[in-house]
Amino acid sequence: MRSEKTILFVLMGLGVFLFLNLGVYARTCGKSDVFKENIYDPGTLKPRDSVLKVKVGDRAPDFILPAVSGGKVSLSKYLNKMNVVLSFVPAAWTPVCSDQWPGYNIVKYIFDQHDAVLLGITVDNIPTLFAWTNQMVTDGGNLWFSVLSDFWPHGAVADKYGVLRSDGISERATFVIDKKGVIQYIAVHDINKRPPLEEMVRALEKLQN
Amino acid sequence: MKRIFMNQLAAVAIFVLVFNAQPVGANSTPRKGGTLPAIKLDVPKDPVHRSYLGLSGGSLFDISEIKAEVVIIQIFSMYCPLCQREAFRVNELYENIEKDPNTRGKLKLIGIGAGNSQFEVDIFLKTYEVPFPLFSDGDFSIHKSLGEVRTPYFIGVTINDDGSHEIFYSMVGGFENAEEFLQLMLELSGLK
Repeated sequence: MRSEKTILFVLMGLGVFLFLNLGVYARTCGKSDVFKENIYDPGTLKPRDSVLKVKVGDRAPDFILPAVSGGKVSLSKYLNKMNVVLSFVPAAWTPVCSDQWPGYNIVKYIFDQHDAVLLGITVDNIPTLFAWTNQMVTDGGNLWFSVLSDFWPHGAVADKYGVLRSDGISERATFVIDKKGVIQYIAVHDINKRPPLEEMVRALEKLQN
Repeated sequence: MKRIFMNQLAAVAIFVLVFNAQPVGANSTPRKGGTLPAIKLDVPKDPVHRSYLGLSGGSLFDISEIKAEVVIIQIFSMYCPLCQREAFRVNELYENIEKDPNTRGKLKLIGIGAGNSQFEVDIFLKTYEVPFPLFSDGDFSIHKSLGEVRTPYFIGVTINDDGSHEIFYSMVGGFENAEEFLQLMLELSGLK
């Protein structure tokens, strides 16, 4: 009886140890000095908290969203013209997201090679996205791709695709849609980690085959 | 009964405190006068880079094995806007080192891509035509051991004849002028 209690307490101690260390793992992401101390660290989140409403082979649900650069962008405008990559990221000013799109900003040529455009989507409003994305480009440049606000109705597009989490942010998810408007690739990533670029590139390469 | 409970509680408290004294990933940033944590890098496949570093073979190497008196390590990421902006200046630093017979061969430059896969490191290398060796730290293990510094981050290390080394520079952020930064490295390292 006594040894059982001791084991129980040791296990509890181990649990506390792991819990305390999760915070450290949660911060395991690139931290560009460009954002200084302006990044809010939410800690480790449940890796995935939604159920997809689309699958590979489905027609991609259309949408129209306001863009940070002005005007509105619809998915259907690319139909029969360009392949489309949708990059949902959870929220502005969070650790992993802030070090994801700046990388995409230097590989426009990869998208061009595959007749593809990139649409970045978050559930943040336009002013927030304006301030956040301005930090991603130094020397007064702009991101080459459209950044769209899925703020109102809140997360409606993320919800259409089944990547809206229960707390109102979206998953970190990538959809590759071909010129016919058909979904060819879906990846709902662990929200706590930045997906390796090569996964998206491989998905684009498959479109050529 | 109460005493047994208190004893067990104390044991748990000690257990947690001891193991959290140095939690995984909570390493401190490199300190001037200190040494680097144990870092093993892949020997470059590119023979030009192998020759630059003075490595003959094997699969892994230690930074203190680099044939140089001083090694400057840049912690970067292809996802980091400042690293992207700094890339041409760091290339200029390399060129300045290589064109001066007083520094060529004595001072070497390497980059470590925090959280960058080899694919991502290669993208950075190709995009910015980086002439010096860049290494992948895809699982952030090196980044963690260096206290999860923000990028870009520069570490200057002197390599001694006996294979030991010492950090003489450790700073977040880039530099505005490659030649001034080189002169600073020469002064602080004692090469000048």
